[in-house]
Amino acid sequence: MITMEHVCKSYKVAKRNAGMKEACKALFRREVETIHALSDVSFTIEDGEMVGYIGPNGAGKSSTIKILSGILTPESGSCLVDGRIPWKHRKEHVRRIGVVFGQRSQLWWDVPVIDSFALLKDIYSISPQEYRNNMEELTQLLHLQELLKMPVRQLSLGQRMRCEIAASLLHSPRILFLDEPTIGLDAVSKLAVREFILRLNQTHKTTVILTTHDMQDIEALTRRIILIGRGRVLLDGTLEDMRELAAEHGTADAGYSGQAEQTVIHDLPAGRNGQIASAGCEPGRSNESLERIVAALYHKLDIV
Amino acid sequence: MREYGKYFSFFRLRFNMGLQYRAAALSGVVTQILWGLIECLTFRAFQQADPSAYPMAFSATVSYIWLREAFFSAFSTWQTDGEVFDSIMDGGIAYELCRPVSIYNMWFARTVASRISMAALRSIPLLMVAFLLPGPFRMTLPAGPQYFVLFVITLFLGLGVTVAFCMFTYILAFFTISPQGLRMMFTSMVEFLSGAIIPLPFMPGGVRMFLELLPFAGMFNVPLRIYSGDLSGAEMLRGIGLQCFWFVTLLALGKALCRAAERKVVVQGG
Repeated sequence: MITMEHVCKSYKVAKRNAGMKEACKALFRREVETIHALSDVSFTIEDGEMVGYIGPNGAGKSSTIKILSGILTPESGSCLVDGRIPWKHRKEHVRRIGVVFGQRSQLWWDVPVIDSFALLKDIYSISPQEYRNNMEELTQLLHLQELLKMPVRQLSLGQRMRCEIAASLLHSPRILFLDEPTIGLDAVSKLAVREFILRLNQTHKTTVILTTHDMQDIEALTRRIILIGRGRVLLDGTLEDMRELAAEHGTADAGYSGQAEQTVIHDLPAGRNGQIASAGCEPGRSNESLERIVAALYHKLDIV
Repeated sequence: MREYGKYFSFFRLRFNMGLQYRAAALSGVVTQILWGLIECLTFRAFQQADPSAYPMAFSATVSYIWLREAFFSAFSTWQTDGEVFDSIMDGGIAYELCRPVSIYNMWFARTVASRISMAALRSIPLLMVAFLLPGPFRMTLPAGPQYFVLFVITLFLGLGVTVAFCMFTYILAFFTISPQGLRMMFTSMVEFLSGAIIPLPFMPGGVRMFLELLPFAGMFNVPLRIYSGDLSGAEMLRGIGLQCFWFVTLLALGKALCRAAERKVVVQGG
């Protein structure tokens, strides 16, 4: 079980205006601005749940994942993952979790994939039996047979992502964090990745926490959504709850004159509310409208 | 033991990778042979100018020069692991922090492995050439079997001191974001203080005594001078003792600093 209570995290960012003069000034006195990446974030996730963690760029998604995986230490608040504080018991904690950062690689660039896997086997002290079983299953489900002997630098992004996911599951983690796992993938690879994650959650009861900007990922995978914006949890519920929230704001804001809101209202099809309702009945057909709903919601909540 | 097995795996992977770079090794060997010859000629000129003021046997200087060139990549401080700096600067370290490993031990194992693999590729051909050179520039055999054994032991100890020192440049990169400035400063400082440019026996009395107490003297100064018998007896024991002391001290300081850095770490990038 994962609990986060009142977690806050801020960063200091050095800022200066453009130009030589400003650059020289900054040598002596730097203006530092504090950015609140997370302010008072709380939620609970049960074992075996699959949760979509969404929000615009810079909302605090990655910071949350980093705190949950023990990389970052928050300033205040408490966080427990299976009874452990991630950053205090880092080594014990990370043994039980798997992490995929879609924009980074955990595989060694210059050596065949299988060498990276062998190293992970040693790092996690995976028993030969377990390693063999997991390798067999992952190779089959993610179609890795041909890829294992290739150096990582020669893999396509889709191939590499399949290997990355396999790498994060070799030690049979109970919890899997996926930070934008489908970013930049083609349709076939995306579908393969989604199918695999769904199956993993069903057969192994692995808890999955997924951040993404792809609403299709959310629709295909998760029942529960946590929406975060400007470091705060804005919604914790189902996809339907999110549609409702969007609809509420849509009607309530009819006479509102904020500039961003107006743009969005123009962007949306005229019979928006009707469409939202029908989209709810026919999931899968409504991706474009879902994307629009999310965009509108971000604008409405003023979190972009 | 299993706990240390995984660091050995890092060592093995990095070592095997290091052995791939054959072209770089070949060009390194050629450069270092030429560089060694220039040094030999320079010191020959010193010695001929005033043999009585020359502080060590000339054959000991020659051995020192060739061994220094042979194990150059094991001991040079600029030869730091670029991957480590990259991972800190672009945030790739996120993955490394997600593993049940000590960051310090892992970097240590990787750095030692890449240095040994580079030195292994370069030292054998270089020493073969050095043993075949004519006249006074020929590399001599070790002063005795016991000196050779001590040379090998202190060579590894010296590598330990060097890597333990280089670990500070890695860890400080957590705090400074760009490591270039620190690297430059450390490199030029260590080059001089360790006796890479001028062997320590050539330094004037007081300076020499002071420098020999610093960790930098424990890098290659000790093993290279033990080889030729230039360092022996009580002075040698003192040198080895200082090597051990600095190795343990730098290791302990580095680990403490690394723990502090891990707590403060800001992983760069989204």
